[in-house]
Amino acid sequence: MAISAPLLLELGAILVALTILGSAARRFGLSPIPLYLLTGLFLGTGGLAPVPAAADFVGTGASIGVVLLLLTLGLEFSIGEFSESLRRHLPSAGVDLLLNSIPGAVAGWLLGLDVVGIVAMAGITYISSSGVIARLLSDLDRLGNRETPAVLSVLVLEDFAMAAYLPVLTVLASGGTVFQALIWTAVALGALGLAFLVSLRWGHHVGRVLGHPEDEQLLLRILGLTLITAAVAEHLHASAAVGAFLVGLTLTGPTADRARTVLSPLRDLFAAVFFVAIGLTVNPADLLPMLPFALALAAITAVTKVITGAYAARREGAARRGQRRAGTALIARGEFSLVIIGLAGTSVQALSAVATPYVFILAIVGPILTRFAK
Amino acid sequence: MDVKETLLPGVGLRYEFENSDGDRVGVVAHRGGDFEVFLCNSSDPDTAKRVFRLKDREAEALAQILGAPRIVESYADLTKEVPGLSAGQVAIREGSRYAGRLLGDTKARTRTGASIVAIVRDEQVLASPGPDEELRPHDVLVVIGTADGIAAVRHLVDRS
Repeated sequence: MAISAPLLLELGAILVALTILGSAARRFGLSPIPLYLLTGLFLGTGGLAPVPAAADFVGTGASIGVVLLLLTLGLEFSIGEFSESLRRHLPSAGVDLLLNSIPGAVAGWLLGLDVVGIVAMAGITYISSSGVIARLLSDLDRLGNRETPAVLSVLVLEDFAMAAYLPVLTVLASGGTVFQALIWTAVALGALGLAFLVSLRWGHHVGRVLGHPEDEQLLLRILGLTLITAAVAEHLHASAAVGAFLVGLTLTGPTADRARTVLSPLRDLFAAVFFVAIGLTVNPADLLPMLPFALALAAITAVTKVITGAYAARREGAARRGQRRAGTALIARGEFSLVIIGLAGTSVQALSAVATPYVFILAIVGPILTRFAK
Repeated sequence: MDVKETLLPGVGLRYEFENSDGDRVGVVAHRGGDFEVFLCNSSDPDTAKRVFRLKDREAEALAQILGAPRIVESYADLTKEVPGLSAGQVAIREGSRYAGRLLGDTKARTRTGASIVAIVRDEQVLASPGPDEELRPHDVLVVIGTADGIAAVRHLVDRS
């Protein structure tokens, strides 16, 4: 086996750059995601340092990154939490959906994008970053606050909405009609229901088959099953991401807990590669003309998230300041907006030039704003 | 006392109660087994300041400190209420035939009618041990039953 020195060198250099930037971001209490994007931007075509040898690996790693992001999301998910959130915060979820997806859709329309682009933009502005926000709430010492359950419930419901949304986007992006998209959404929702049923009734069996006392075996089994399911889902145009999410959903209890621990380093690595890959696909030269538009969209959808958060926090009985904290906390967009860009970006070129800086801005501004909303 | 339980999706559970001084105390139990203890601010009742964090082992130690004496105490209270019922402590000596074997192997309940409700090991109390619990030398069994039953358990585990 020939070892490619340029590949190792380029990959190593990328990872070193990521860790330097990431630790700098953490120092200031910011999410490292925007800096990972920036790294990709500098590396890619038209950037400062092209990475020809590593490009293939980054591309492959990015797909694994998406699968792992959704798998761990599914693992985090619990039916109890979902139904409780739904019971308490269904109106908040409605407000969230309306206020935050419409500006994105309108922006897509103004840009002259096609249906895929408009649907993608709606998703990008809708979905807050549960990863960034959950960490932020813990870092800012807010888990004991009254508004916090409202924020977390909104996030859970958004994540779940993603499972219905991603198949629509995947079908549309692969050239399907709206009718086909609806059929595949129905199939995806059916599969979702089936996954729930399996996890509820036979979750312990699934856990027994997949669970193995050795971490290595557990990792291989879960990863193997997830990649196969993701591949089948992708082949059926239901999106690999949704397939991975379903596997995560069916795993419960101690197996899910262990799977989370075993998978999280892997997820961190490949998710970082995915963020770099998104940055790579954007040509910095396309970025500048779109920047004012992205800024305006960011400003509008920051305000709509603040309203959403305030509404949800009011339902928990939080006062003015609590409402403001909840609203600003929800501003951050991140990993899932990028997943959407990744899915639709290849078919709609103009999309990533607007959406990438948009996510970049809000992933930085969101955490800062909520820090000052005391 | 009223303990309010709130679900924190993706994080864990939060418990809140008010102590006799009027402080609102919050405990967040993370899914991973860690805990955070909060105290509510008086200036803004919606916020809570973290007092300290506990890793799961530390939380266990704290729970033992707060809970261990109370477990034995509450059994003592229980035995006072039921005539004829008493609580006793039986040590597993080194060389006992049950040292290193499972609690279920003693068949203590079937043979003596007395129940082993807790095992005290070093500083720890294992409340309601299951039949799969391994007995070790120097464990102390907390036994509830009639005086005869407790004596029978003592006799049983003393055999070598």
